[in-house]
Amino acid sequence: MSSRYFGARIRRNEDEALLTGRATFVDDVQLPGTLHAAFVRSDLAHGLLRGVDAAAALERPGVMGVFTAADLGEYWQPGPLLVPPAPIEGLTFHARTQVPLAREKVRHVGEPIAVVVAESRYVAEDAVEDVIVDLEPLEAVADVRAALAEGAPVIHEDLGSNLAAHAVQTKGDYDAARATADLVLGRDFTYDRGVSAAMENRGVLAQWDERSAQLTVWDTTQAPIPIRNGLASMLGLSESQVRVVAPFIGGGFGPKIMMFYPDEVLLPWISMRLDRPVKWIEDRFENFFSTTQERGQLHEAEIALSSDGRILGVKDVFVHDTGAYDPYGLTLPINTQCTLLGPYDVPNYYSEFRVAFTNRPIVTPIRGAGRQQGVFIMERLLDLGARELGLDRAEIRRRNFLSPDAFPHDHEILFQDFAPLVYDSGDYEPALDKAIELIGYEPEGPVQSEPGGASPAEDGGEGTDGEDGEGSSRRKRLRGTGIVSYIEGTGIGPYEGARVRVEASGKVCLVTGVGTQGQGHFTSFAQIVADQLGVGVTDVRVVTGDTREFHWGTGTFASRGAVVAGNACHAAAVAVREKILRKASEILEVAEEDLMLTEGVVRVQGVPDLSIGLGELALRSNPLRGAVEPGTEPGLEATSYFGPRRGATASGVHAMVVSVDPETAMVEIERYVVVHDCGTVINPLIVEGQIHGGVAHGIGNAFYEELDCDSEGQLHNASFMDYLLPTATDVPPIRTAHIETPSPLNPLGIKGVGEAGAIPVAALFAQAVEDALKEWAPGLEVRDIPLSPNRLFALIEEARAGGGEEGA
Amino acid sequence: MKPASFEYHAPDSVEEALGLLTEHGWDAKALAGGQSLIPAMNFRLARPAVLVDLNLIDELAFIRRNENGGGDGGPGPGGVRIGAMTRQRAVEKSELVAELAPLLTEMMPHIAHPQIRNRGTFGGSAVHADPASEIPAALLALDASCRVRGVEGERWVRAEEFFLGLFGTSLEPDELLIEIALPGPRELTGCAFREISRRQGDYALAGLAIRLTLDVKGRIQEARLAYLGVGGAPALAASAAAVLIGEKPTATVVEDAARTAAGELEPMEDMHASAAYRSRLVEILTREALATAAERASGSG
Repeated sequence: MSSRYFGARIRRNEDEALLTGRATFVDDVQLPGTLHAAFVRSDLAHGLLRGVDAAAALERPGVMGVFTAADLGEYWQPGPLLVPPAPIEGLTFHARTQVPLAREKVRHVGEPIAVVVAESRYVAEDAVEDVIVDLEPLEAVADVRAALAEGAPVIHEDLGSNLAAHAVQTKGDYDAARATADLVLGRDFTYDRGVSAAMENRGVLAQWDERSAQLTVWDTTQAPIPIRNGLASMLGLSESQVRVVAPFIGGGFGPKIMMFYPDEVLLPWISMRLDRPVKWIEDRFENFFSTTQERGQLHEAEIALSSDGRILGVKDVFVHDTGAYDPYGLTLPINTQCTLLGPYDVPNYYSEFRVAFTNRPIVTPIRGAGRQQGVFIMERLLDLGARELGLDRAEIRRRNFLSPDAFPHDHEILFQDFAPLVYDSGDYEPALDKAIELIGYEPEGPVQSEPGGASPAEDGGEGTDGEDGEGSSRRKRLRGTGIVSYIEGTGIGPYEGARVRVEASGKVCLVTGVGTQGQGHFTSFAQIVADQLGVGVTDVRVVTGDTREFHWGTGTFASRGAVVAGNACHAAAVAVREKILRKASEILEVAEEDLMLTEGVVRVQGVPDLSIGLGELALRSNPLRGAVEPGTEPGLEATSYFGPRRGATASGVHAMVVSVDPETAMVEIERYVVVHDCGTVINPLIVEGQIHGGVAHGIGNAFYEELDCDSEGQLHNASFMDYLLPTATDVPPIRTAHIETPSPLNPLGIKGVGEAGAIPVAALFAQAVEDALKEWAPGLEVRDIPLSPNRLFALIEEARAGGGEEGA
Repeated sequence: MKPASFEYHAPDSVEEALGLLTEHGWDAKALAGGQSLIPAMNFRLARPAVLVDLNLIDELAFIRRNENGGGDGGPGPGGVRIGAMTRQRAVEKSELVAELAPLLTEMMPHIAHPQIRNRGTFGGSAVHADPASEIPAALLALDASCRVRGVEGERWVRAEEFFLGLFGTSLEPDELLIEIALPGPRELTGCAFREISRRQGDYALAGLAIRLTLDVKGRIQEARLAYLGVGGAPALAASAAAVLIGEKPTATVVEDAARTAAGELEPMEDMHASAAYRSRLVEILTREALATAAERASGSG
């Protein structure tokens, strides 16, 4: 096989349609006679639903129906438990999954109570105001700590408490290790939740066609095939009667793999009942309540170190907020538990978590999926440990890295895919060295301001730019550097499939079951196939996310598209290549070994005149008349599947330089470096794009995004005016470098990259800001995420007040 | 995120607009650039029964030198007059404004983003009187005058009498803001604008517009410090001004005034900034703006 495309920096096939506004998104699908849905949602975070009066709404002109839980009859069912818990010994787990419409009780603000269907969204929203909901308020519990306190209001009464799960995973003997440690350092940490903020909100369009008895659903889902399977089962239809299309999607990030959302269950049912297409497009305000969120955790963590900085053991006890329901099982806390171990040799580990129900929107994975929190805890413990031991921050990491010959490395606990947490391959020190080089980190730390921080830091490359602003009062700028490591379990099973077909035009059609939300699948998958078949990368038409085109598969999640579906594409392309060579060998009467496949033509080595084009070959593989050998499959086509034994472990190092104005507490990122290992790289341009997007996401989570939710579960900033996302001016240029340790778990050696950029950013922010302020505000520790200028101001004040007392 | 239903009118003259406002009274709302009203309507926080769209009234969009001799009861001559429906972007880019009211030229880029300034109007922002927005603060600092007209006639209102608290002005429901007159540059006078926000284009955590006039001996004769994003209303800081009057703008005096401003204003607290944090920002920004304005007033800046 030639590798003309694999590994090459190729522009994306899909960008022309996307950038010129011609790509089809769910709301672009316009069907005649479409009705529009709007939801009556709970104003309260916790309450008893005494009744719903829709009479006035039904009288409003243009309203075609109002449906409540009672109208659904047998169709009303709680959603599926998507991920059953891993078989951890002694585990407690209570599944309480979301419902299509609230019945008897509401458990978070925005939970749907009724759905109105009307001739337009305007009329539907007017009619939502006509519906009278009788809700009896119950005391709400929005805070995860309060949720598990004695006497807290219970969200699912039958459980008797808000405990959704409890699990302990251990390795070695932490207490024994602690007893021998030179330094034991413990801290509490919090990581708050946010929204995924995809550019495109969710949306569903359902069309029941009575004549053909076919249901077609356009859905912004990351998992069209499981949605098809579930809908067929719930609606009593054959899978062949249901087609789910996930067209272009403006960002997934995890919440769109959640299922079933109430709208996904309700719209197909309503379309069948009214025999009209029904559309619902989530607006940004709704998105803050009706799409899942993530990251709320409280940790009490402790590290035991030797005097030379070796990790003897780590103990972490945490509470995870799952919101009002827990359809995603334990994926998130297990990811936190596993990812905390990072690229390090941790001989003894005690990790215990409890999962709590709260009166807040449902929590399921968002890009990083529990990993951010684990990395934050471990990296913070190492930073604080290094400070205490007088060690360099990079050095303490280096001393604890797993060595390149330690793979496969078994961490002796279970991962989210139920398999043991075993790292397949990796080499961490070169990534650290590269990051140190690119960021210009010096082991003793960068040049710092003089004691008291009165004069600014200087940077050789940029002159004495330690102050800015006009006038006689100039702002101070203190510079700090951060450098952190992380790993990411990616590319888990179970499997994905792909079908490759050479058409009579000589062009190739590649179909896979995974959905795509901007990852570049139309290019990276095409690259894999083009190399095998000797065609141009633009000659491969990639079809994704349409259940009519491919029957089997699970979806796009866990940084697995390239790993799992990519390898399936590869396997199918290899099989088609074999068919091509066999058929060409018959026709040209030449041994297969003497054939070459380039530029869409099978050629005979050394005989320039003897060749056959792929299109001709495809036609001859599918004759209209005549006889073929018994047992012959028509066409140049193959379908293949790939399922990895377990996930591939990607890794990386992020470094950045910040400047902090210690008076205004404003932070500016001056430089950002990512050295990343995602195994073999299919397309560096796409990998870098993923990393850039991930870092932007991470910067938002670390420093901008924050949900202002009160103790009653009411959100006060459900718009982008006050929920701050980083913009182009807040995200610095990012310099990337690649390290490649191919995964032995798949033929292409790929590891996932979709989430990597977002994972270590909070840990990096914390370290860099502390470094900048180490003399201005001695002893300042960042233990809570998100950080913000407001929080940082309070931390600086606190540290300076504390420092003053110490000095007195 | 769809507005409640409303009746829509798009008059093309001030007279017609005033007739509609008089007819519908409190039920009507005038629509200027729509950068605040339309989102509020989409959230159904504002539900006007009647919308009077002013965008077709060409006579309200202008920037001209104020050659008024006082005949219409307004200020002048001197300075610049800006029609209420003039786009913010036009004010930002105007050479006349840069010459006659350079504080505005310095301030305009801080208002949201170019796309919003292309649509948002100078007068619309004044009438909205959001204490977090820039234009009311600048009008207070510059001692601007607003020309207001109703069916009965018109009147001129000084900025200090125009702004009446949170989202409140002295405009009656059947009146329109026609134009704003800004006094021209004066001898020994310097202006400055400062704000600090989370992201470029966000509402400021705190900010101020300032105009400082010195006497021939270099002592401060007049100081107008108007804040945004700090309190519940666009307002001047009187105590800080009092500290400055009669003093030379030395570092000590500037510090003192900055601290006085921080103590005098009662900053609100929200998710983006605690009251203590806002107070500190007020102090820092006041210090910086005063120093800049003093340099400009003395001709050294």
